[in-house]
Amino acid sequence: MAGLKLTDVGKAYGEVEVLKHINLDIDAGELIVFVGPSGCGKSTLLRMIAGLEKITSGTLEIDGRVVNDVPPAQREIAMVFQSYALYPHMTVYDNMTFALKLAKMPKNEIDAAVRKAADILQLTPYLDRLPKALSGGQRQRVAIGRCIVRDPKVFLFDEPLSNLDAALRVATRLEIAQLKESMPDRTMIYVTHDQVEAMTLASRIVVLANKGISQVGTPLELYETPQNEFVAQFIGSPAMNLFPGEVIGTGEHTTVRLAGNHGTIVSAYPTRPEDMGAAVNVGVRPEDLHLTDDTENSYKATVDVQENLGEVTLLFFIPDSEGADPVIAKLPGIHRGLKGERLNLSAKPDKVHIFRDGISLLYRQD
Amino acid sequence: MHPALQGLVTIVVGVGGCVGYFYLSNFLLDRFLLPARAYSAEESAARRRTGTIIVFLLPALLIAALYIAYFGLDGIFTSTGLFWLAIVLALIFGLWRLRDYVYGEGELTAGRNISHANMIRPWLFLLPAILALGLYLTYPVFETLRLSVTQRNFSTGSYDFVGLQNYAQMMDEPKFWEAMRNNMLWLIVVPALSTGFGLLVAQLTDRISWGNIAKMFIFMPMAISFVGASVIWKLVYDARPEGQGQIGILNALWVNLGGDPQNWLTLPFWNNFFLMAVLIWIQTGFAMVILSAALRGIPEETVEAAIVDGAGPFQIFFKIKVPQIVPTIVVVWTTITLVVLKVFDIVFAMTNGQWGTQVLANYMYSKLFTANDWGVGSASAMVIMLLVTPILVWNVRNARREMK
Ligand SMILES: Nc1ncnc2c1ncn2[C@@H]1O[C@H](COP(=O)(O)OP(=O)(O)OP(=O)(O)O)[C@@H](O)[C@H]1O
Ligand SMILES: [Mg+2]
Repeated sequence: MAGLKLTDVGKAYGEVEVLKHINLDIDAGELIVFVGPSGCGKSTLLRMIAGLEKITSGTLEIDGRVVNDVPPAQREIAMVFQSYALYPHMTVYDNMTFALKLAKMPKNEIDAAVRKAADILQLTPYLDRLPKALSGGQRQRVAIGRCIVRDPKVFLFDEPLSNLDAALRVATRLEIAQLKESMPDRTMIYVTHDQVEAMTLASRIVVLANKGISQVGTPLELYETPQNEFVAQFIGSPAMNLFPGEVIGTGEHTTVRLAGNHGTIVSAYPTRPEDMGAAVNVGVRPEDLHLTDDTENSYKATVDVQENLGEVTLLFFIPDSEGADPVIAKLPGIHRGLKGERLNLSAKPDKVHIFRDGISLLYRQD
Repeated sequence: MHPALQGLVTIVVGVGGCVGYFYLSNFLLDRFLLPARAYSAEESAARRRTGTIIVFLLPALLIAALYIAYFGLDGIFTSTGLFWLAIVLALIFGLWRLRDYVYGEGELTAGRNISHANMIRPWLFLLPAILALGLYLTYPVFETLRLSVTQRNFSTGSYDFVGLQNYAQMMDEPKFWEAMRNNMLWLIVVPALSTGFGLLVAQLTDRISWGNIAKMFIFMPMAISFVGASVIWKLVYDARPEGQGQIGILNALWVNLGGDPQNWLTLPFWNNFFLMAVLIWIQTGFAMVILSAALRGIPEETVEAAIVDGAGPFQIFFKIKVPQIVPTIVVVWTTITLVVLKVFDIVFAMTNGQWGTQVLANYMYSKLFTANDWGVGSASAMVIMLLVTPILVWNVRNARREMK
C-alpha cells in the first residue's frame, strides 16, 4: 500500500525553472497518467519521483516517508524507460534478475520470481536471448518484466509505448491495463503523449502545463468539466472550439452573443448579474455541435471545407479574423453537399462551456 | 631552402598531386575511355581500333621495352629474369582484358558505359596506393623471406641458399630467447596497463568540469615520438653518485625516502618495466580517447535503469558499462599489442638491449645493421611478422565488426 504525496515540489536547472508548486496526492493503487505538451516537464517529474533527478524544492513522500534524499533503489519503485533501457549484454533472464541479484535474494526465489513474471508476460521462450534478438514489443515486455520481478510499490512508466507501431501499441496498452488489474494495490504513474492511452488507462489524469499542474481529475471529469481553456483544448480530438463572445443573459443559464455576427448560444453554466457584458470564450466540442432549425439560439456560419469520413462528417468554418483556428463540427453519419451552405448549429446547454480569462466559470474562486 | 618551406612545398605538392590525380583519372575515364553515351556498332568498332592502340599496344610496348632495357636479351633466362618475365606477361594480358572491358563489341548503351566506368573507377583511385604498398610492403616481405634462407658469401658477394640454418642459429642464441621472453612480458604488461589506465581515466574524467583538460594532458604524450619520450624518461631515471644532487626525479624521490641512488635501467629484470613505463605513458592517451568515446556511446538510460535497480558506482562500471564496451576494449588492446610487438625505438634509445632488456625488433636491428648478418636478421624479422599477423587479422576483424 503506497500512496505518494508531492508537496510544493519544484525543479530548477540552475536559473531555469522547469516545474514549480506541484501539489499532488496519489492514493495507493491508482494509475495516474501525466500528460502535457512536449517539454512541459512530465519526464522530469517522473524522474524526480524515481530519484534520478534531485528535487530542488518541496517534499516527496512515498508511503508517508519523505524520500527526497533516499537513493532510487531504496524507494521501492521500478521504472520502464522510453527506449526500454535493457542491458544489451545480458540475456532476458539476466536482465530481469539483475536487481534481485544485487539485493542478494536467494537463488531459488529469484528463479521463481522470474519464471512467474515471464509466464505472465509470455516471455518464457525468450529467457536465454539477448535483447537484440527480440522484437520491439518483446523488449518492452522484458522492460516491464524487469519491474514486476522486483515487486515494487510504485511503477513508473515514461512513454513506454512510443517506440511501438500502432497495432502493437494497442495490444501492449491492453496488457498494461490487465497487468494493473492483476495488481490492484500497486500504484502506477504513467507518462504519455497519447490521449487515448491517457483516457483508457488512467484512474486520474494529471495535465501539466506552464511549469505546473493545470488540472487533476478522472478522464471524464477532464473531458466534461475542464478547468481552463488549456485543458479544454488539450483533451479531446479534434480540439474544443472556442468562440469569443459577450454575455447578454445571466442567471441559471447564460446566453452569450458570439462575436462576428454568428448568432447566440446558451450555456447551462450559471452566471451572476455583474457578469453582464463580460467578454468570455465559449467552448463547444466538435462532437457536441449538431444541426438545428432554431434560428435564434444557434451558431450561424457557412461551411468552407467538408471532410467525409463515412462514420462522421467534419465541417470546417474558417473564421474571418486572421490566425484564428477554424471551427470544426463533427456530425455523425454521412451528410452530402453541405459545402458552401449557411448552417445553423447548436449544442445542448450543458455541453457549452464558458471561460473567462481562460478559466472555466464553474471553477471560479471568488 | 628553409626546412619549414620545404615541408610546406611537400604538402602542397602532395595534396595537389592527389587532387590532380583524382581529377585527371575522372577526366580520362569519363571523357575518353567510357563517356556516358550510347555508341552504334560502327562507332564502337572504330573506337575499339584506336582504343586497342592506346589502351593496349602502347603501354604493352612500353612495358616490354623497359623489361628488355633492364634485363637485356640474355638476362631473360636467369631466375630473376624469368620471374619478371612472368610479371610482364601478366601485365600485358591484363591490359588486353582491360581493352575488352572498356571497348565492348557491337552497340553500346550509355548505361553500360556508366556501369563499366564505375567498376574501373575505384581501382583507378586505388592504383597509386596499391603500387606504393606493393613496393614498400609486399616486396620487402618476399625479399626478407628470401634473405632469411640465404647466407651472404662475402668472397663472391652472392647469396647461397642455406635452408633453415639461419633460424637454427638464431634459436641457439640466448639473446634471442631473452628477446622473446621480454617481448612476451611487454605483450602482457603494456596493453593491459595502457588499456586499464585509459579506461580508468576515461571514466574518471567523464563527468567533471576540468575532465577535458585532464584528458588533453594525458593525451599529449601521443604526440611525442618514441625517441623523444625515451630521452625524457632517461632523464627521469637518471642517476648521480651518492651525495650529489639527483636530477632524475625517480632517484630524487627515492633518495628522499631514504634509499641509495639506483641505476634503474641496469637493474636486472625490473629495468624491463621501467622501459615499459615509457610506452604505457604514451599509449594510455590513445586508449583513453577511444574508450572515452565508447563510454559516451553507452545509452544513458541503461545506466539509470541500473541505478534504479540498486547498482552502486562500481557495479555500474563493471557490470553495466564495461561489458557494453568490450568490443572497443578488444580493439584498443590488440592495437596496442601491435605497437608493442614492433617496439624498437624505446629500447634502442634507452638501453640498446643491454642489461637483459633486449626485444625482438632491436635484436633484428642489431643483427642486420650492427653484426651485418642479413640472414639471421631477416629470420628474426620473419618471426616478428609471424607473431604480428594473427593479432593483426583479429584486430582488423574486430574493428570492422565495431564499425557495423
Ligand atoms: N539538464 C537540463 N538542463 C536544463 N534544462 C533541462 C534539462 N533537462 C530538461 N530540461 C528542460 O526541462 C523541461 C522539461 O523536460 P522534460 O524532459 O521533463 O519534458 P517532457 O514533458 O518529458 O517532454 P517530452 O514530452 O518531449 O518528453 C524542458 O523544457 C527541458 O528543456
Ligand atoms: Mg519526456
